[in-house]
Amino acid sequence: MSIKGKGYIMGAYEHPTRLAKDKSVAQLHAECAAGALADAGLTKDDVDGYFCAGDAPGLGPLAMADYMNLTLRHLDSTDVGGCSYLNHVSHAIQAIAEGKCSVALITLAGRPRSEGHSGAVPRVRGADAPDTQWEFPLGVATVNAYAMCAARHMHEFGTTAEQLAWIKVAASHHAQHNPHAMLRDVVTVEQVVGSPLIATPLHRLDCCVVSDGGGALIVTSPEIAKQLKRPKVKVLGAGESMKGQMAGQVDLTYSAAVRSGPAAFAEAGVKPGDIKYASIYDSFTITVLMQIEDLGFCEKGQGGKFVADGNLISGVGKLPFNTDGGGLCNNHPANRGGITKVIEAVRQLRGEAHPAVQVKNCDLALAHGTGGLLGSRHGGATLIMERE
Amino acid sequence: MSETKKERKIPAPMVNPETEAFWAAAKEGKFLLPHCVDTGKAFWYPRQVSPFTMGKVEWKESKGLGTIYSVSVMKRAPEIYAIAYVTLDEGCTMMTNIVDCDFDKVAIGDRVQITWKPAEDGTPYPQFKPA
Repeated sequence: MSIKGKGYIMGAYEHPTRLAKDKSVAQLHAECAAGALADAGLTKDDVDGYFCAGDAPGLGPLAMADYMNLTLRHLDSTDVGGCSYLNHVSHAIQAIAEGKCSVALITLAGRPRSEGHSGAVPRVRGADAPDTQWEFPLGVATVNAYAMCAARHMHEFGTTAEQLAWIKVAASHHAQHNPHAMLRDVVTVEQVVGSPLIATPLHRLDCCVVSDGGGALIVTSPEIAKQLKRPKVKVLGAGESMKGQMAGQVDLTYSAAVRSGPAAFAEAGVKPGDIKYASIYDSFTITVLMQIEDLGFCEKGQGGKFVADGNLISGVGKLPFNTDGGGLCNNHPANRGGITKVIEAVRQLRGEAHPAVQVKNCDLALAHGTGGLLGSRHGGATLIMERE
Repeated sequence: MSETKKERKIPAPMVNPETEAFWAAAKEGKFLLPHCVDTGKAFWYPRQVSPFTMGKVEWKESKGLGTIYSVSVMKRAPEIYAIAYVTLDEGCTMMTNIVDCDFDKVAIGDRVQITWKPAEDGTPYPQFKPA
């Protein structure tokens, strides 16, 4: 069975807050849910399927579904880190196609900025995880796990710090138009490579922001989508995978997108060259570079050349990406950027992105997420969407 | 040369029944590397179910020699430290720290050898230094 055309993204909402000292995580989830429902023209009583991941408080979906007083026929708490919400869109359409629900709500929210979390501080990702005793004592944080990928990419392919910097530069060109973005100043390649080294070879400006906030999506059946007034965003294809250390046969040059990408393109029946806009997970500049290669936008090892000289800037380059400013400049709520990737793709397909960054005739878009640590074990999920 | 003035404290490893033999040997200065009995291949990290065949696993002592596959020097920390993947001569790659080195010069391709540094509870923890 294919999910192609079996479900539509009919509601999308990004919380405007970037610092939420006065709100709880549950409240942020619920405010995002209310925003997405209002966007779709639905109410909470229309929701019969609910999806959330590890950022939700309490046990799976129980706390949040109870907080929002939902009556559900379908629940799913798939958690593979920051890309989980792309998996949720795919899983929601699978459930809709099987008749298990017809209006699915997906929420993400968190307040890592208020709580003082940083990607430079090692943390235990499950004391009983089988890898913890071998890695946590080493000081593996988020940034240095990604940095090892960047170091290896540079070593094998000659990728440069300046090429990576172009990714931040492109994101900043987009963020200047987003009043909610945390970083709105346009930066130059020189500013990125001149910013302090955090974990070699990654600089401070190679890293995403740490922000509070959240987002929500509404996925519906084709029948319900027809009754709603919003532009219809049809999901054409989806793919998901993960990649680990392969029992010690470590290869840091590629990501799980080598599997999730081709699966999504095959289901959608389109090619990378057909994509008009791409939301690419941008926890760090290297994340974008590797995913662009793995999704087939360029050959492996050629990502550095591909992203340079503004090729990711809307209106300038061939592959406009993250036109909201992405995680690099706009928002990375709960330290998980997956849902905002889908939200900006929906804006582009609806023609509702900021006019300065709106891609002309944007009828086909891709969103890709990475969850966990690219340098050790991570999830990858790809969605291909069409304006109908 | 930017050698560390202070060494980073190594949190105690959370030992479990699968890995007690490794840490017991570590206390005698022996580096045990897990191997798949069916294929004879070494793997990392240690576990008692072969990641190649789901079959049995045996420990073999390793000389602890290898080559840096990738390395990143963490600058934004109270004490600078290097995290790395080292490909052992047995053919598998493990995450580790590079210590007792010049952090401005440590690089992919460098030959390294195992050295044991005490974790906070005194357990010898496997790290690598220039060979």
